[in-house]
Amino acid sequence: MEYTLMILLLPLVSFVLLGLSGNKLSHKTSGMIGTGSLLMVALLSFYAAGEYFTTQKVDAIFQTLVPLNVPWLNMGANLHIDMGILLDPLSVMMLVVISTVSLMVHIYSLGYMKGEKGFQRYYAFLSLFTFSMLGLVLSTNIFQMYIFWELVGVSSYLLIGFYYTKPSAVAAAKKAFIVTRFADMFFLIGILVLSYYTQTFDFGTLTSGNGAVFQQAISTQFLGASALVWAMALIFIGGAGKSAMFPLHIWLPDAMEGPTPVSALIHAATMVVAGVYLVARLFPVYVLFTPQVLEGIAYVGAFTSMFAAVIAIVQTDIKRVLAFSTISQIGFMMVALGVSKFDGHEGLGYMASLFHLFTHAMFKALLFLGAGSVIHAVHSNEMENMGGLRKKMPITHLTFLTACLAIAGIPPFSGFFSKDEILSATYQYNTGLGIWMTLVAGLTAFYMFRLYYSIFWGKEKQHAHPLHESPKSMTFPLIFLAIPTLLGGFIPFGQLVTADRAPYTIHMDWLVAVISVVVALEAIFIASKLYQHPKKPATVPSGLKGFHKAASHRFYVDEVYLFVTKKILFNGISRAFAWFDRHVVDGFINGLATATDWFSIRIRGFQSGEIAWYAWVFLFGTLLITVLILFI
Amino acid sequence: MTEQIIFYLLAIVVTVFSILAVTSKRIVRSATYLLFVLLATAGLYMLLGYYFLFAVQVSVYAGGIMVLFIMAIFLTHKPGNNVSIKQGWRVRLSLLLSVAGLLLCGEIILNNTIGIVRFAGKEEPTMQQIGTAMLGTGKQQYLLSFEMMSILLLACIVGAILIARKTKTEKNEPNETEL
Amino acid sequence: MGELLINNTGVPVLAYQLVSLIMFFAGIYGFFTRRNLMMILISVELILNAADINFAVFNRYLYPGEMEGMFFALFTIAIAACETAVAIAIIINVYRNFGNAEVDNLKKMKG
Repeated sequence: MEYTLMILLLPLVSFVLLGLSGNKLSHKTSGMIGTGSLLMVALLSFYAAGEYFTTQKVDAIFQTLVPLNVPWLNMGANLHIDMGILLDPLSVMMLVVISTVSLMVHIYSLGYMKGEKGFQRYYAFLSLFTFSMLGLVLSTNIFQMYIFWELVGVSSYLLIGFYYTKPSAVAAAKKAFIVTRFADMFFLIGILVLSYYTQTFDFGTLTSGNGAVFQQAISTQFLGASALVWAMALIFIGGAGKSAMFPLHIWLPDAMEGPTPVSALIHAATMVVAGVYLVARLFPVYVLFTPQVLEGIAYVGAFTSMFAAVIAIVQTDIKRVLAFSTISQIGFMMVALGVSKFDGHEGLGYMASLFHLFTHAMFKALLFLGAGSVIHAVHSNEMENMGGLRKKMPITHLTFLTACLAIAGIPPFSGFFSKDEILSATYQYNTGLGIWMTLVAGLTAFYMFRLYYSIFWGKEKQHAHPLHESPKSMTFPLIFLAIPTLLGGFIPFGQLVTADRAPYTIHMDWLVAVISVVVALEAIFIASKLYQHPKKPATVPSGLKGFHKAASHRFYVDEVYLFVTKKILFNGISRAFAWFDRHVVDGFINGLATATDWFSIRIRGFQSGEIAWYAWVFLFGTLLITVLILFI
Repeated sequence: MTEQIIFYLLAIVVTVFSILAVTSKRIVRSATYLLFVLLATAGLYMLLGYYFLFAVQVSVYAGGIMVLFIMAIFLTHKPGNNVSIKQGWRVRLSLLLSVAGLLLCGEIILNNTIGIVRFAGKEEPTMQQIGTAMLGTGKQQYLLSFEMMSILLLACIVGAILIARKTKTEKNEPNETEL
Repeated sequence: MGELLINNTGVPVLAYQLVSLIMFFAGIYGFFTRRNLMMILISVELILNAADINFAVFNRYLYPGEMEGMFFALFTIAIAACETAVAIAIIINVYRNFGNAEVDNLKKMKG
């Protein structure tokens, strides 16, 4: 299956082509180049997935394929960094997700970004991002993954800051880059610690379940935990940064400053699930050798999902609602991974998490693209400027409703199946956690339908120009993505992607399913009461006013960050460093300069340009040396 | 004995006129004194038995170079002007260093040449010997140097013409003294 | 001192040496003190001449059967001729640009 290399190279070629010659191409040509190459990538990915899942099964277990692996950097006797392509159920599934969503975003952008300045640049960046993301999931070793991980960070920085004339976009891009970079620092340290003790970067060796590899890492103790626990926890922090887990989630809502299709691509389907992918990729290590870290992951995920869901309820910017919803849903995936065990029926959580990753990518991309379509029509992100759009924009309305039902977990939409698996896995693990996650699911249904009713129902607002349905290039992706959103739940996911690679038949846990559906319906009912035909603006119960205010300020996490960075870091520590820099470091250099200056003014006379004087000095020196040689 | 008398006569001429040449205030006189020094040097060569060298010294130095000198002096010198000498302290410093160097080198020569007084006859090299040596390629023969010298002379002629040539732009440009 | 300068076999090498030495340092003195470029050139010629005498004298006194010293002197004379030609060309150029041939004009050499 060497042709999978093409999947990587096509977006890269498209990026180089558009990046170098974009200015000379027309908008149409450059859009066609980007979309065309992505279409090829998507077709190749589908073909690869089809071939992989049908042929690479030996004794009912999927085999890991490495069609290509080139040693790249040798760093010692055992340690070397390779560049290669890894195919296993996880990476093939991710290939399909990324290329599908990316293709849809490419097509959608043809309409959404039409006539924008920097259209070619936009497509170049999209190609770069797709390339890095595909490279990330196809990496054969953790260091190659890290390289692409950083590339993903850079390209998302470029895309978020696409409207670089807008200060808020620039600030958001910077924030996203710095926060994820901060997390990546821990990731890198984790990689280095891990590879130092295990002498390998290779995923195949790391995830083989062979305890001998980790012998040294487990036996080395540091601050009350083994080196392996530290390494895996640090690696998870890297993943948490990209996946916007609390408290590193602050960049994601701001990143909505980028163009909406970018939000769909980066902040729904691909980049933010990189953390989930990372944990899933190293899942055997987590589950077999560091279960305590995995437990931590579960609780981080559970807290984040509740936290983000609560904030999502009170946001008024529709993209922010979706952003917090994304954080919450990724929390779901993390929880599912955290509560999972390795094999058989115990490995339900792993399967459920990736199943949810798959369905969530589809319906969240659909939601973002739908929101983009609405924003394209209304020219605003705020809910209060919308309302009653269901007649004007029927396609957007229907597809958006599909996605809302999916994320709320109503059967037979795809979200129901994946969320139900997650909830069952959670109940198996711990009933309290299960109830907590069911509540989050209910909140999800509530805020999604609040959003839905606010946009498409209620009173029509006055607009500067008549509203109309978006062009075909934008509605086609909506309709296309609605198909997996509707039917994705019927994919026999347990047969394809499981922790131990062995097929697993999904059994519906009917009790859990009924409870979650009832909770979701109840939430939708409340939302429709409140927002479907609002006679008067929904008031907040007086006891919850303070809570409401805190939630709409996102529980002041950003303020805490600002306090820590500005007041403590900048004022306290940085000032001391600045003083040291100005007075000691600079002082030393300035001192050198002053000394040179002083000295050179005094010896300047030697360079008078007078030949006679030069000759005099020369002769004097010659005679002096002669005297010294002869008489001393 | 005759030889010694001639030598001392020449030595006095060389010494006196070299010093006069570098101290005279009139540049034309300096050039003339230099001519005397060069001719006396030629005499020294003859005394040593190097007749060919004598001929070259007289024709090239005293003849060619001195003519060039005189012409250049007339070209670059306004008649009646004395050539100035630098400030006093510079002269004293230079005098000091020159005398010191003279004494030092004299001391070295005295110490090292006392034994070498033998004068092994005056077999002067014949013109045939000189010609063979100059145009041969064997050991102690100098064809390569000779050819190098001819190229150097050629380069020198070209260079001199190039440097001294008046360019068109130069005529138009105001020269720096006028600025 | 007397027998050093005059002995039976002719003129001792030391006498020649002293002559060339005085000529050499006279040239150096002139080089240091004069301002006019032509005077400097005259001083340089003196220095070169002093060196020539040394070549010839050492050849004659130490290796009378060979001709290296003489050829060295010959080539030095040729080089002196070249050097004089180029130097005079430069001096004329300087005179043309500055209106005189003083070495102080050439301080532009300073960086």
